[in-house]
Amino acid sequence: MSTNQRYELRCRECHATWGNQPISFCQTCFAPLEVAYDWERIRTEISKDEIARRPTNLWRYKELLPLPEQYDASSPAGFTPLVKATKLGETLHSRSVYIKNDAVCFPTLSFKDRVVAVALTQARQFGFEVVSCSSTGNLANAVAAQAARSGFRACIFIPADLEPAKVLNTQVYGAQIIRIDGNYDHVNRLCSQIADKHRWGFVNVNLRPYYAEGSKTVGYEIAEQLGWRLPDNVVVPMAGGSLITKIYKAFNELIQLGLVEEKQVKFFGAQATGCSPISAAVKAGRNEIEPQKPQTIARSLAIGNPADGYYAAKTILGSGGWAEDASDPEIVDGMTLLAESEGIFTETAGGVTVAAARKLYAQGRISPDETTVLCITGNGLKTTDALAGRFEAVEPISPKLAAFEQYLEREFAGAHASGKGAA
Amino acid sequence: MSVTVSIPSAFRRHTEGADTYNCAAADLNSLLEALSSRFPELKPHLRDDQGNVRRFLNVYVNDEDIRFLGKDYKFKEGDEVTLVPSIAGG
Repeated sequence: MSTNQRYELRCRECHATWGNQPISFCQTCFAPLEVAYDWERIRTEISKDEIARRPTNLWRYKELLPLPEQYDASSPAGFTPLVKATKLGETLHSRSVYIKNDAVCFPTLSFKDRVVAVALTQARQFGFEVVSCSSTGNLANAVAAQAARSGFRACIFIPADLEPAKVLNTQVYGAQIIRIDGNYDHVNRLCSQIADKHRWGFVNVNLRPYYAEGSKTVGYEIAEQLGWRLPDNVVVPMAGGSLITKIYKAFNELIQLGLVEEKQVKFFGAQATGCSPISAAVKAGRNEIEPQKPQTIARSLAIGNPADGYYAAKTILGSGGWAEDASDPEIVDGMTLLAESEGIFTETAGGVTVAAARKLYAQGRISPDETTVLCITGNGLKTTDALAGRFEAVEPISPKLAAFEQYLEREFAGAHASGKGAA
Repeated sequence: MSVTVSIPSAFRRHTEGADTYNCAAADLNSLLEALSSRFPELKPHLRDDQGNVRRFLNVYVNDEDIRFLGKDYKFKEGDEVTLVPSIAGG
C-alpha cells in the first residue's frame, strides 16, 4: 500500500492488489475484489471516545470505510436503533433478543442507504456523471434519492415485475428506470455487460468493492450500541450474501483494533424457501452454490445466483452458525409477528429474518440466554401488497354515539361496556 | 454448426483484442477446449488446476445460465455464449 493510501483493492483469492479504481474483480484470476486497509495507521487514529463525539450516522466510522480525502458526508444514513425486543422474545422463548432496525434507515428506509452513501463518494472521486445499479428495489430507491441530492444522473435497472411502491419510490427522485423482461439475475448479468462497455458508475458492479464496505457499519453499530461488546449471534437476511460477510468483517476489525473483546459470534443466514441457494448450501454443509430460479414474495431477496453466496456460506459454516429459510406464509407471519410484538413494520425480507429466527430458536440452534441480534433491513410500507387480503375491510359506522355503542356491543360482546362513563 | 462466444474486456488481452469468437463446439467442454487452444493464455482463466470451470466464471447461453441447461447441454446452431468473469450485484 503506498504511503498516502489508507486502503486499496485486493483480490479475495490470489491477494493481488489493484490500487483504487472502479473494478470489481481481479484482473488476473477474476475472483472478487475487496477493500484492504492500513490497520497500523488506523489503529493510531481511532478511539471509542472520538467516535462517541461524532454525529449519529455512518460517517462516525469514517476511518473504517473506503472514503476519498474529500467527500460529501451529508447523507444521513446509518445509526439506526438497536432495540431490545422483549415481547418478540416471549414468542421466541428468548431472554435477550434485539432488533437492528434498518426499516428506519435514512433517507429511503432500508440498509441500502448505507452502501450507496459510501459508493457515491467513490463515484464522485472516479469522475462518473451517471450512477446506476441492478436492483430488486431497495437499492434502486437509495441510489435514486442520494443521486438526486448529490447531483448525479441515475439510471436504474430493475426486473419488470417489481413491487409498484418500489418503482414509484425510485421514479419520484427523477431517476431513469429501465425495466428488464426477466428476473434479477438477468438484470444483473446485463449490468455486468453494460459496465464492461459504458463508463457508468454501477454501485453494485464496478464500484461494488467500495459499496459493499458500507454494510460493515451495521456491525460497528451493533457493537457500539451494545456498549462496545459483540452479541453471541446475529441473524441476517441473505440476497447476494454480502451483508452477512461484511458484518463478520466488521466484528473482526473491531476485535483487531481492540475496541471490543474477542468473541466467536455465530452467524445465521435467512432466505426465502423460494430462493434459497445459500441456505441450501449451508444445510448440505458446502460452500459451493447451485443457482436457483427465484419464486418468492420476498422479492428484495430474490437473487438466484448470489455474488457472495460462496463467501456467505463459508462465513456461516466457519462461525458455527446455520441457515434457515421461510415459505411465503411464514414470511407474512414473520412480518405481522414483528409488527404486533414490537411495533416495527418490516418488508418481506424482515419477515424472512423473523421467521428464520423462530425456526432457529425452535431447533435449539440459538439458545434463549444468548444475546442475539436480528437484522431488519427494510420497511414494510414498500411491500404492502404482500399483506393484501390479510386483514378484513372495516365497515364504516355513522358518526353517532349510539352507533358506536352498538359497535362495541357487536364487536366486543359487551366486554368493554364496564368502561362506559369513565373519564 | 456455429456458436458465437462474447469475450469480456478482461479476457481480451489474452485474445489479441478479439471480442467475439466463433467455433463449432458441441458442448461447454469442447468450447473451453477450442478457446484454450486458439488462445493458450486464456486457458488458466477458464479452468482451475483440477480442470474444473473456474468458480467465479459464469457462462450464459442465450441469456440463460448454463447451469440451468445442464453441464452436458448440446449447443444448437446460432447459440450465443456469453462469458462473465465474476458476477456482481446484490
